[in-house]
Amino acid sequence: MSKQLDAFRANLEEFAANHRNDIKKNPEFRRHFQEMCATIGVDPLASGKGFWSEMLGVGDFYYEIGVQIIEVCLATQHRNGGLMSLEELLQKVRTTRGRSRQAQDVSLDDVMRAIKKLKCLGNGFVLHRLNDGRFMVQSVPAELNMDHTSVLNTAQGTGHVSIKALQDKLGWQKERSMLVMDRLVQEGLVWVDDQDREGRLYWFPGLFPDT
Amino acid sequence: MDRFEWSDGKLKEGETVIKQQGGVKISDGPEKTNFENGLAQLTHSRLIWRSPQNQQSIVCLHLSLVLFVEEMSDGRGKSPKLVLHLQSPRANQPKGPVYSSQHTHIRLGFKEGGANDFNRCLSEVLARKVWEFAPVSRPANQPRKIHAGIVGIERNLEKQRKETDQNISKAFQDLDKLIGKAKEMVELSKKISTKIKDKQGEISEDETVKFKSYLLSLGINDPVTHETHGKGLKYHEELAKQLVAVLQEPIEENGGMMALTDVFCRVNRARGIELLSPDDLLDACKQFSRLRLPLRLRIFSSGVAVLESISKGEDEKVFEAATLLEEF
Repeated sequence: MSKQLDAFRANLEEFAANHRNDIKKNPEFRRHFQEMCATIGVDPLASGKGFWSEMLGVGDFYYEIGVQIIEVCLATQHRNGGLMSLEELLQKVRTTRGRSRQAQDVSLDDVMRAIKKLKCLGNGFVLHRLNDGRFMVQSVPAELNMDHTSVLNTAQGTGHVSIKALQDKLGWQKERSMLVMDRLVQEGLVWVDDQDREGRLYWFPGLFPDT
Repeated sequence: MDRFEWSDGKLKEGETVIKQQGGVKISDGPEKTNFENGLAQLTHSRLIWRSPQNQQSIVCLHLSLVLFVEEMSDGRGKSPKLVLHLQSPRANQPKGPVYSSQHTHIRLGFKEGGANDFNRCLSEVLARKVWEFAPVSRPANQPRKIHAGIVGIERNLEKQRKETDQNISKAFQDLDKLIGKAKEMVELSKKISTKIKDKQGEISEDETVKFKSYLLSLGINDPVTHETHGKGLKYHEELAKQLVAVLQEPIEENGGMMALTDVFCRVNRARGIELLSPDDLLDACKQFSRLRLPLRLRIFSSGVAVLESISKGEDEKVFEAATLLEEF
């Protein structure tokens, strides 16, 4: 098999010579490349020692994004409890990368693939999909069950919920709502706001727009 | 949709079908039409649509009428649509299925997928076609070409854009070829893997290790050969030793424990280039106990993974605390 491997390696080198830059600069091409690899059962990001990584530099690109994602999540965890929207994460990663145009060419697809790779490090990196198609990134291993996700979905327009809102919109009993919200407060995923006239509000910092 | 014309579907001399896709429906702007679930064929000069039931029902669109193409995502995970923005119909437009339409674009829906590939080929053809046909509206006594001024700049940008488009088309083509070769490698490795599984014991351990390293190079994850007990790859063993050398002191200073994500960041920040993948890190850490290194990988029930110093880890601290209490 080693002969075929050498032949393939030569092919890859030629491709890299011509198109290494295209992969770095063009998010669409990058995504197509990843999709094609997936269809044949190859993971170009499996190892930094793989051909793909060595010759095309895809590894360094995505692993660096991985590092930046972890750092952004760590920096904001005290505020949002480890739950933030994917767009906010993308924005912050772009800011970390600097102001050059090349640094900005990180797409949502790139971030999602980097997160997928980070899962094996065991820190509970999970992507949740909300009803409106948006994604939330969870970076701490809290157990978010279906009830928690329903609350997230209810909060997504305004960023907050109240016990009454849960009863009205989801038809939940008061006890169930209180149990779920208490758990979310414990996990640090919501902030309690007692200043509203109508009663206690629970805010999701992870859902705040443009912070 | 009034830019389409009826066609007998015969290809002109020298015309070849570059790409075809079934399950395509045509919408007149946002409005549905009867042209559903047909075969869309792309040639160098036309887009031909053939009806699935009626062999005679064929329409075509001259690509010179297409201004540009964009992809429109349909949300809800459906296959994207292609929007073709069209020029106004010519005065001598041949008869077509629609006499007049208020819309300046048509949409192609891809029920069976293939939108991306079709778009790619279509964009490539459109880019090239503009080279072949001189614009009809240029007057005979055209003044000399303007290189300076805004027109000149625009022309240069346009030229660059076309070149980039062509380069990207070539890139996609080259990628397809490369992936084809990679697929052959995957097939080959599957055959060898089956052989190893069947001939258990006849393949030497060294040969298995060699095969494993091939898989690593190609990025193929093969559960048959990917056991973690037994001899690991030299690469991971070396990496494990390097990690311990770099991490032992910081971990001990950090209370004897460090989260794996933290380790990942530190190690890669220190390396700068030739970064480790998360899998590399994990595979190296799994070698710690076999190589009797003073760090170990520990995974809690919550899923959190940490690296722990053997001499200063949790068990040891508990032991120390218990001893202190006894002495009291």
